[in-house]
Amino acid sequence: MTSALDRSQRHEFPEADARPESSPALRHHLTPEQVEELGAALDAIRLRILTELGQEDVDYIRNVIRWQRGLEVAGRGMLQLALLPPFWLGGVVALSLAKILDNMEIGHNVMHGQYDWTGDVSLSSGGFEWDTVCPADQWRHSHNFMHHTFTNIAGKDRDLGYGVLRMSERQAWSPRDLGNPVYALLLAGLFQWGVMLHDLEVERIASGERGWNEVRPLVKGMARKAGRQTLKDYVLFPLLSGPSFLANLLGNATANLTRNLWAFTIIFCGHFPDGVEEFALEETLGETRGEWYLRQLLGSANLSGGPLFHILSGNLSFQIEHHLFPDLPARRYAEIAEEVRALCEKYGLPYHSGGLGQQFGSVVRKIVRFALPSRG
Amino acid sequence: MQPPLTPPRRWPRSLVRALDALATPHGIDRYLEWVDPTWSVREVRGVVTEVRRQTAGSVTLTLEPNANWTGFEAGQHTVLTVEIDGVRHRRCYSMATSAHVRDRFELTVRRHPGGTVSPWLHAHARPGMVVGLSPAQGDFVLPASRPDRLVLISGGSGVTPVMSMLRTLCDEGHTGAVAFVHYSLRAEDMPYRSEVERLAAEHPNVRLLRAFPEEPGRGELDGLFCDAHLLAADRHWRDAETFVCGPAPLMDAVRARFEQEGRLERLHREAFTLAFPASSPGAGACGTVRFQRSGVQIDADGRTLLELAEAAGLRPASGCRMGICHTCIRHMAEGTVRDLRTGVTRTAVDTDVQLCVHVPSGDVLLDL
Repeated sequence: MTSALDRSQRHEFPEADARPESSPALRHHLTPEQVEELGAALDAIRLRILTELGQEDVDYIRNVIRWQRGLEVAGRGMLQLALLPPFWLGGVVALSLAKILDNMEIGHNVMHGQYDWTGDVSLSSGGFEWDTVCPADQWRHSHNFMHHTFTNIAGKDRDLGYGVLRMSERQAWSPRDLGNPVYALLLAGLFQWGVMLHDLEVERIASGERGWNEVRPLVKGMARKAGRQTLKDYVLFPLLSGPSFLANLLGNATANLTRNLWAFTIIFCGHFPDGVEEFALEETLGETRGEWYLRQLLGSANLSGGPLFHILSGNLSFQIEHHLFPDLPARRYAEIAEEVRALCEKYGLPYHSGGLGQQFGSVVRKIVRFALPSRG
Repeated sequence: MQPPLTPPRRWPRSLVRALDALATPHGIDRYLEWVDPTWSVREVRGVVTEVRRQTAGSVTLTLEPNANWTGFEAGQHTVLTVEIDGVRHRRCYSMATSAHVRDRFELTVRRHPGGTVSPWLHAHARPGMVVGLSPAQGDFVLPASRPDRLVLISGGSGVTPVMSMLRTLCDEGHTGAVAFVHYSLRAEDMPYRSEVERLAAEHPNVRLLRAFPEEPGRGELDGLFCDAHLLAADRHWRDAETFVCGPAPLMDAVRARFEQEGRLERLHREAFTLAFPASSPGAGACGTVRFQRSGVQIDADGRTLLELAEAAGLRPASGCRMGICHTCIRHMAEGTVRDLRTGVTRTAVDTDVQLCVHVPSGDVLLDL
């Protein structure tokens, strides 16, 4: 176990050592051949979409960006007159939507490399920065690599509770977990700051595993990014609005809070609703591509809703498809979803999906339930 | 077609900084471009104002660059970016106009059948089209103190940089001897034919010598490049500065002649083909991967670019090693690579590759 962890820190995927008794495939009564068949079918979908990519996909994301820019300029404009309540409200709504679009449908997806094929530098995963305090390069490490490679592997996927929450039986209970609901509330309200600190891996600093030398460049990056964001939202725009200074500042803070709550809600529905599986490190050692696909499928859950809901959720409402194909443009997930669902039926696999209310309700229950020690 | 708006003239640096602070993290350019696609405080972009088809196989674009264009020296090129079916493509083209014209310039693009960008430009370039540009670059330029004897040799569409040199010299009232030697298969294929003829007629110091191998007797010279052509251009060519741009066989023949005479330092060359040829695509492990920045190289052996880089002692950033996290993307100056996930082989210049899922399928030059 320790050696596997060491290896992963050198950014290598664990190799086959010993096969455990239980595995995701065995639990779902699939033969190794079936798992590879499933993998090949998913690869075929991926390849087909890749060959279809073209102007339509670029036009789509540019259109979303144009809406985002428009909403942002409109929101900032209205908040210049933030002393007048209708302008304050209109400004907050427009700016909240702009920040949500920026982070979810644009930033998260562009930073996954979904548009790298376009060769457009403003749509490149390596060059994009988003409107949150979390620096893009650190996000790409903690999210694109750690979370998407080791999805739902207890002890490896730091999104499993984000280092603060107890979200699984596989995490041992300690008295501090009694605060689970409180931590969750704080995390929801301060989500962008939580996301920013994520790559620090605070628990590994506390345990002495991670030294200051390793952490310093990360902290510097955070300070720079957070400094710029704070200057913009809490100094420059309020100053520009003159007598509306305080109202403008409160408006910007409200927009950030709205975005935080929305992002938290959507993201927590991706992997934590009831039925979504977690995995032990041992059962994922030496995973094949088919097995990796299977784990992504079993470890994610979709949200049902209309087109606007999907856009505002950054298409994370298609969490399953996103985890199977993180670098395909997210607007394609809807058309892929039907094929994925059909594959799940064919192999007798669960396809987790539900409405926002139902799924989030189950997440909240889980947060409360795991505050207490597991029974039996 | 909508007339191009005047791009904002260079804005004061403090204003740009203030706007960037308000527009963080995207920067003010990402907002200005929605007002007008040529507007930018940093990037060079241009709008096509005229499209001419001088010869059947080429298209000549006149471009008006935005305020970030700082001009060029005769002989330099720009990297043109166009979007074709959602994908940005970059190609180098030499400016053909006089360096003394600051607010517009001309590019002449020969149509390469089977190519991507040139046939597209040939078919789709329209006035009003906005393209990406780079600042002028390249050291294939006239010396600042203009030489007394100049020989300008070109083949086909390689005429563009030397055309710029000729126009620039004529604008300056240059009096030194200029021999303009050009090769095209047929007279109709020669871009700028009538203008070169006019300039030669108006400027006694300009000698025009053309060879059209498919139409013997039509030009001042016959056949392919040879010693006699060089002597006809300038008896004292060994003391002249010679500039050559054209297809590889012409470039090689000229180079061989200069090497023979020990005069290579007087020869200036410009080529727009791959510096080294790609091996046959689809073949197994072959080629050499050169790492530009670290100066090391390694032979391909079926391993991925990432594994090869690590075997060569480099430590590029990487993550999942399965093509999903995009951490290991690096810039490839040129090369032929095969995507392990799709089996597709592509030859490209100036592009990004994911090191962990690509194997060389020919020579590769990486920015690493």
